[in-house]
Amino acid sequence: MDARRESEPMKSRTTVERKSDRELVVTRTINGPARLVFEAWTRPELFKRWWAPRSMGMTLHSCEMDVRVGGGYRLNFGTNMDFFGRYIEVTPHSRLAWTNEEGGEAGPITTLTFEEKGGKTLLVLHELYPSKEALDAAGTGAADAMGEMFDQLEELLVSLGAGTA
Amino acid sequence: MVQYTQDHFNASFAALSDVTRRGVLEQLARADASITELADKFHMTLTGMKKHVGVLEQAGLVTTEKVGRVRTCKLGMCRLQEEAAWIESYRQLWDARFDELDQVVEELKRKEKADGRKKRK
Repeated sequence: MDARRESEPMKSRTTVERKSDRELVVTRTINGPARLVFEAWTRPELFKRWWAPRSMGMTLHSCEMDVRVGGGYRLNFGTNMDFFGRYIEVTPHSRLAWTNEEGGEAGPITTLTFEEKGGKTLLVLHELYPSKEALDAAGTGAADAMGEMFDQLEELLVSLGAGTA
Repeated sequence: MVQYTQDHFNASFAALSDVTRRGVLEQLARADASITELADKFHMTLTGMKKHVGVLEQAGLVTTEKVGRVRTCKLGMCRLQEEAAWIESYRQLWDARFDELDQVVEELKRKEKADGRKKRK
């Protein structure tokens, strides 16, 4: 594993940390200036290309973004899968903050900072939930999704077993 | 925490690769059961079933509780494992997203360079 990491010096690590009862922090360094990273985050046609990674089996059907304070955004992942909110802070190339309103009152406020250093950009994405319960519930949702993944894995293993029997 | 989670995934995979253990999970999905009951059901010795349950427990797929002389098994992870697992799945989502973002930014950089050359001509 270490050998593989050494052979991929360009690939930087993504970290996720639960900073407190109500906060999650995601960090990652992107190989490019803040100006371009900001552009990729705020132009819908570019945003669409990376927000729903193919490797995770996701498809973003449509994406509207009005990137200015008070402006709204709406991401659609197919039937009944809308994510929406509005921008509450927009500072070109350095800072964005938005609400996440699809979950009603329980949605977090996301603050994203872009810090450029030597042609690379450190992204720090901070999610602040209204309560510990709200963050726990978001996690439980993810844990349920994990359960589904285990179900699929199990089915796969069963079918593989059947194939070799 | 991350290394712990990686081990956890490997353990889950190994746990699910055995037909008896998958059967035990199916059984526990219907109802909690003691190790003795599981051993009977799968026509195994108590020691053999204990080993299988141990592997499932290690992987966080099953929890056990001993009351008196009976050890009851049920589906599920402990609280800490659940949290570690969902944080790891969230990390994987962001990691995949940022890999694609890196590519988009790479393309923007190349385009900017090419445009710059065109302007100078």
